[in-house]
Amino acid sequence: MDLAEIWVYLARDPLAALTATLLAWMAGLRLAALFRRHPAANPIIFAIAILAGLLLAAGVDYRSYFQGAQFVHFLLGPATVALAVPLYRQWGHVRASGPAALAAVLAGGTMAALAGIGFGVMFHAAPEVTASLAPRSVTTPVAMGIAEQIGGLPGLAATVVLASGVTGAMLGPMVLDLARVRDWRARGLAMGTAAHGIGTARAISVNATAAAFSGLAMGLNAMATALLLPLLWRLFMG
Amino acid sequence: MIGGLSILLLCQLAGEVLARALDLPVPGPVIGMALLFAGLLLRDRFLRGATRPDPGVPGLGQVADALLTHLGLLFIPAGVGVVVYGPQLARYWAPMSLAIVIGTLATIALTGRVAQALMRRKG
Repeated sequence: MDLAEIWVYLARDPLAALTATLLAWMAGLRLAALFRRHPAANPIIFAIAILAGLLLAAGVDYRSYFQGAQFVHFLLGPATVALAVPLYRQWGHVRASGPAALAAVLAGGTMAALAGIGFGVMFHAAPEVTASLAPRSVTTPVAMGIAEQIGGLPGLAATVVLASGVTGAMLGPMVLDLARVRDWRARGLAMGTAAHGIGTARAISVNATAAAFSGLAMGLNAMATALLLPLLWRLFMG
Repeated sequence: MIGGLSILLLCQLAGEVLARALDLPVPGPVIGMALLFAGLLLRDRFLRGATRPDPGVPGLGQVADALLTHLGLLFIPAGVGVVVYGPQLARYWAPMSLAIVIGTLATIALTGRVAQALMRRKG
């Protein structure tokens, strides 16, 4: 038995990375259940920590890990399309509050982009870092596209977007409690606007109404930010 | 099951093609989501006896639920990418962590308050 040969196989074949990703996710879910699904015990962050630790410890580089994990990553597209289903199921409910939802999402989306740009400018971050912070609250593929358009780094934008999503999913419910936002529709809109798919994943595990509004907010914010942010950036920063 | 998955992929594909053909800044899956949603509403309007509120198409509801209950899993491969950006994160940790934490939490509070106030007024 040649251990080195087995190692070469494992490091190259997509099977190992794919298996590790699923196992890490299951471990993340177990850990979250152990903390009684408290929002701060987010299964995504547990799984990412486990995998990042493994990669660093084993000296496997990210690109070869992604070779295998990309099969999971690919499903993000169909899953985004699938968000139409909870929205459709709750449509009777959503329809009545359409204009209010749109106004709230636009206010939140503006706030999110301004905070990203503001902190970047305040700390004299390199322009490409500020540009990567601007699309912070929209879903990853959209944010990467926007960042690229306005001169940011798509990969860094993805990291910042995911960190924002995890922060929102972990601390958002507590902030909403503090702000005395008890309406499930409003809670869903807030999570979807600020924490995109990761906030929506949290909403799905909590309440069906919040889930539909969160998916809606994520889609609306993605469209509004993709259309408006590059224009405003050119006007004020370009 | 496969029927439902095909519908999802078809909508995504149509979204990707539209985004490129019309040079839209919105990514394909988001357009695909709008297309699927519009399709379901149109079906209800023109097909009497449509099985509301389930999205009728065999298995579509099932596949959507299966994907969405494990939505978190799908973010992991991209999230592990954090290992690549160590140097930038170390250099710009202050603006990045402030933008991420304060920006996200302020956005959540603002969106939630605005939504609740507007919805309460309308009842």
